[in-house]
Amino acid sequence: MEPVSHAFKESADRALENATQRRALSKMSHEFGAKRAKVVARLPEFDALRDQAKTIKDHVLENLDFYLETFEEKVTANGGHVHWCRTPEEARDAVLALCRDAGARTVAKGKSMITEEIGLNAFLEANGITPFETDLGEYILQLRGEAPSHITAPAVHLNIEQIADAFRDGHTGLDPARRLDEPQALLDEARAMLRDRFIEADVGITGANFLIAETGSTVIVTNEGNGDLSQTLPKIHIVVASIEKVVPTLEDAATILRLLARSATAQEITSYTTFSTGPKRADDLDGPEAFHVVLLDNGRSELLGGEFREVLRCIRCGACQSLCPVWGAVGGQAYGWVYSGPIGAVLTPALIGIGEARHLPEASTFCGMCESVCPMRIPLPKLMRRWREMAFEKKHTPGVARYGIGLWALFAKRPALYRLTVRAVIALLARIGRRKGRFRRLPLAGGWTAHRDLPAPQGGTFMDQWRSRGERNS
Amino acid sequence: MSEARDQIINRIRASNGRTGPIDAEAAAKIQERLNRPPVNLIPERGKGEGAELVERFVEMAREASATVTRVASADEVPTAVEQFLMRENLPSEVVMAPDESLDALPWSDQPRLTIRRDRAQPSDYVSVTPAFAGIAETGTLMVHSGATTPYTLNFLPETHIAVLGAEKIVGAYEDAWARLRTKLKAAGETTLPRTVCLITGPSRTGDIEKKILLGMHGPLRLNIILVETDPKNC
Repeated sequence: MEPVSHAFKESADRALENATQRRALSKMSHEFGAKRAKVVARLPEFDALRDQAKTIKDHVLENLDFYLETFEEKVTANGGHVHWCRTPEEARDAVLALCRDAGARTVAKGKSMITEEIGLNAFLEANGITPFETDLGEYILQLRGEAPSHITAPAVHLNIEQIADAFRDGHTGLDPARRLDEPQALLDEARAMLRDRFIEADVGITGANFLIAETGSTVIVTNEGNGDLSQTLPKIHIVVASIEKVVPTLEDAATILRLLARSATAQEITSYTTFSTGPKRADDLDGPEAFHVVLLDNGRSELLGGEFREVLRCIRCGACQSLCPVWGAVGGQAYGWVYSGPIGAVLTPALIGIGEARHLPEASTFCGMCESVCPMRIPLPKLMRRWREMAFEKKHTPGVARYGIGLWALFAKRPALYRLTVRAVIALLARIGRRKGRFRRLPLAGGWTAHRDLPAPQGGTFMDQWRSRGERNS
Repeated sequence: MSEARDQIINRIRASNGRTGPIDAEAAAKIQERLNRPPVNLIPERGKGEGAELVERFVEMAREASATVTRVASADEVPTAVEQFLMRENLPSEVVMAPDESLDALPWSDQPRLTIRRDRAQPSDYVSVTPAFAGIAETGTLMVHSGATTPYTLNFLPETHIAVLGAEKIVGAYEDAWARLRTKLKAAGETTLPRTVCLITGPSRTGDIEKKILLGMHGPLRLNIILVETDPKNC
């Protein structure tokens, strides 16, 4: 998809006025916070597992070339194929070529953020191949022509009426007067519609939560079972995955799996964790005849050598999104591209450029919630701060803000001048505001007073109060 | 394509401050780790033995919305299948994995059941399969594809009945992988089956207003028939 991250401010303003979405998001973050805390408390080893998972992934990144080569060897030995792709274009072309070779008309797709990253659906459609998303959330978004708002809960911003409308518009062959006011009715209809898509699809495409170097397996973590049907019924299984997904062994995957579902959906484990290794064997009664792994770099190999290396530990659980106060207010789509919330604020500038994504690292209160829940211990606030510095250095920060920061620096570097000015401003404000005790409007503070009053200052500056308190105590 | 491969590998090396592959000594160490994977931290609840693990497995599986039917011996499995289908008001036609562990059971005790031994078709409502292992930690089944265990049986039918011997219940995921490796090694296999799946409860979705609904694409019902350890087998 074309990024529209540069319009974050406008998108966020619109999102704040969307009452339906705000209700959905606020429900999501409250419920998830409580459920996650409960499921984490049931596993006393959770933090120790986080440390181990971080160590495993750091070890992989240090030896990434070795593990990818080993993974490729194993896939090939198992009768599969690995396609190395530097750019989204190369990855899209690789998938298209495989679909064309298979004479494919339709594709059943399991949930995959990387296929969102490379804009696969639009590309396949433009080339005469119809992709069907089969994860319920992604299917709803495909019907509505929208981007996901969350990594693991892509349609969380919608309510049941909006979903019912999408079904009525999309499923034109059915009785328009049918009742769709219960979630179960929507599930039944989606299950029936998508069943046929699995059966008629010539190719199945899934993502991968892990690639296992030891066995050459790809792993998906799901709840619906759509990924399993997508990769079992069609003749060809194509896995689209980015290079940092590799882990050494099945044991290492087990360690990280204990963190993933708990952080993503507050489950102990998802319904299905599926390890796929090569095509079907000669005496297997079902399964795909061919197995392809499209490995995408898209700038990650360079990211590895820089200050944002740690973001490559991410396992895409979405915990940082679910609990972020900014994401919880504006939703994921305001971020204008595939990844949103704190992970989007760090990853998106790396993938589409800080110029386009300059607002995203600013979209944080630095409350630190994201880092405190990240199962892979990624220092997201630190990395956002670094992007802010880079945006400033590269002059992407708007003139007014740069001027403001310059002015601030002028005072911050001169403590005596700073104290004098603050004392004078506070005395002035206290005097003007002494009758009402608050300001409804104030020049240069419109961003604050548009939504609430500003209290008039009382009792001098912080430094003055601090000094007088020190004198009293000594 | 090999040009892309070389470029990606070279960039990774450069980013890690190298101009070539990792040195031979480091590579040997990593290879050894791959050949004999070390076990990382196992949570307490993944440890234990015997009856303790069985009880934990049952508790966790039920928590994940699976149903568990406990029978004293394998001979009781056909009756348990029949009774489950009656109770749930389900059809008595089942598609069953053509596996000798199931073939050996006294299905003729239940003449009402119509059994087809094959992979699943979209029209099938009920499947019966063996499970390779049960994992107590989270009430999880490990199943895998194979000549006698078609993978579609686990996903296409609306009702999945899995038969699990209590002796197949282990504590942690790692224990189940160890058992699978042992089995593959004994059979002279060098690779994993095409598909290995950890199944915990039935299919579900939370995509409509975060409400958990069962039976999205995979089975709506997962019934585990747990065969308590038969003293004859010990």
